[in-house]
Amino acid sequence: MLFRTLSTTLATLLLGATLGLTACDDDNPTTDTPTSGKLNFEFENVVGSQSLTFGNSYTTLQGDQFTVSKFNYIISNIKLTKADGSSWAEPESYHLVKQADMTSRNFEVSGVPFDDYTGLTFTIGVDAARNTAGAQTGALSPDNDMYWGWTTGYIFLKMEGTSQQSPTGAYTYHVGGFQGLYNSVRTVSLPLPAGVTSLHISATQTPQLHLKADVQKLFTGPKSFRTSQINHIMSADSNAVRLAMNYAAGMFRLDHVHSGE
Amino acid sequence: MRRAWTVPLAAVLAGLLMAGCHPDADVLSSAEPVPGSVVPANFPPPAYGPELNAPDRATFELGRSLFYDPLLSRDSTVSCGTCHRQTDAFADAGQRLSAGVLGHRGLRNAPPLQNLRWRRTLMWDGAVAHIENLPLAPLTNAQEMDETLPRVLAKLNRHPAYPARFASIYGPGPITSYQFLRALAQFTAALTSANSRYDQYVRHEPGGTLSVQELRGLTVFRANCASCHATDLFTDETYRNNGLDRSFAQDSGRARITGRPDERGLFKVPSLRNVARTAPYMHDGRFQTLDQVLDHYDHGVVPSGTLDPLLRRPDGSLGIRLDAEQRADLRAFLLTLTDDAFLHNPQLAPPR
Repeated sequence: MLFRTLSTTLATLLLGATLGLTACDDDNPTTDTPTSGKLNFEFENVVGSQSLTFGNSYTTLQGDQFTVSKFNYIISNIKLTKADGSSWAEPESYHLVKQADMTSRNFEVSGVPFDDYTGLTFTIGVDAARNTAGAQTGALSPDNDMYWGWTTGYIFLKMEGTSQQSPTGAYTYHVGGFQGLYNSVRTVSLPLPAGVTSLHISATQTPQLHLKADVQKLFTGPKSFRTSQINHIMSADSNAVRLAMNYAAGMFRLDHVHSGE
Repeated sequence: MRRAWTVPLAAVLAGLLMAGCHPDADVLSSAEPVPGSVVPANFPPPAYGPELNAPDRATFELGRSLFYDPLLSRDSTVSCGTCHRQTDAFADAGQRLSAGVLGHRGLRNAPPLQNLRWRRTLMWDGAVAHIENLPLAPLTNAQEMDETLPRVLAKLNRHPAYPARFASIYGPGPITSYQFLRALAQFTAALTSANSRYDQYVRHEPGGTLSVQELRGLTVFRANCASCHATDLFTDETYRNNGLDRSFAQDSGRARITGRPDERGLFKVPSLRNVARTAPYMHDGRFQTLDQVLDHYDHGVVPSGTLDPLLRRPDGSLGIRLDAEQRADLRAFLLTLTDDAFLHNPQLAPPR
């Protein structure tokens, strides 16, 4: 028994060592034919039927005037599902989208196994595991203007601007929180646009997904936000959770797909 | 038996791998082991094991420089070490609330920084969930250092010495937030207090003797205190309401993080290591002496909806009653938790 445990452990360690050495190998020849391809994401931020432009004046469905001066959000854990119910999840799937940074609104997901996919799922925000995992890099670097320092945790969505109805003339909505009653992590599954039966990913096809994020839906959804009443959300609290209910309910839609042939 | 075999084997293999990948890694020699590389035998397994950020001399010293550098604050007047002083077990003895930039006072008493490697959550309310992100809280708090991470990185990147020190560890390129937080964590994770007379006693080491009175105090402690101040870390890391207040309008404690009404007024059970050096006590520093703390548990506990059940006695009265002899014995025992080797370890002091 002891010997068996020992030898199993040894084998695991040796296998690990072999893999580790392989990783250090610079000229590792790859002769395999490719089995995975890519998918391109484009996020367009809109206000109803109009494109979002910083500084332009808009009106909420409740009649409140507003402008936008900052609009950022984190998209994570992108998952593609197939008709048979199986799925593929992007590893290290964290993407920061900033209206002010056009390059951040377009990103590529690679390593997608060749197949036909019928569903798209992603999370708005950062799951609890990564929120509590220590120093991060890339989209989750804490100096990306999307991290609360005083408490552990990412800001999932930031929208700031002015509003004539707000007592201060401005509004600041910073939404985050991953624990207890103040959990604003939301996962959405988006249907494919009408007429699109699947996303076909192959050596010759890289579909381009055009998603729209409608700011209007933040103010009006399962919960109603009037800037006269709530102009300040800056922690994981009950108002943040209410706003999360709105971004989970139809703010994002898959508008159209270019098959990418 | 199995453990005894596999651990050294894994270490050897890991060493081979690292040698293979980093043939040019400098080997910094020092007579003493890098602080933080030793896991005391009487401690439970760490939350942030040394393997997660392997202690090495250059990184530790970089973290130490950062810890003591006021550059981290907005006006370069406050360092981590300003409110976390080594001889106070990295607390701020005598200060109910510590002074940040421009003399601002925060909401809570600066806690000691010790044995953070074993902490699953940090801060009085558990606001911080990982040791590497710990510095971001005081750094950005308007009452403490009132700085931003991008501005700190900018200051570090134009500093005459830091860019080369970071580059020697993490490779060329501008200093990143990841590097900054990882280096600081090497220092904060190295603040291990495990050499009090009590530790030497439980490890059966030379000098590890407790007097008859101290041993009686240990018995009192185990019977009355150790359910919360558990293990040789002297905390079970839970959040509890120890009956300080009837309502929590000013500071709702753990509920501030979770929003749960049943967690209003709960605060992290603090470790009692070096407790003789870390006055004042409680999350708001309201008690100046250990006697005031013991008085509180004896007759000061007030009821509220979230009062910890352990403070309700079977007869319905509140608190922890000790007679005069038990109390004197307990005080004597608590003093054995003072770790002079830690409080005066020159490797943890401000760099020269």
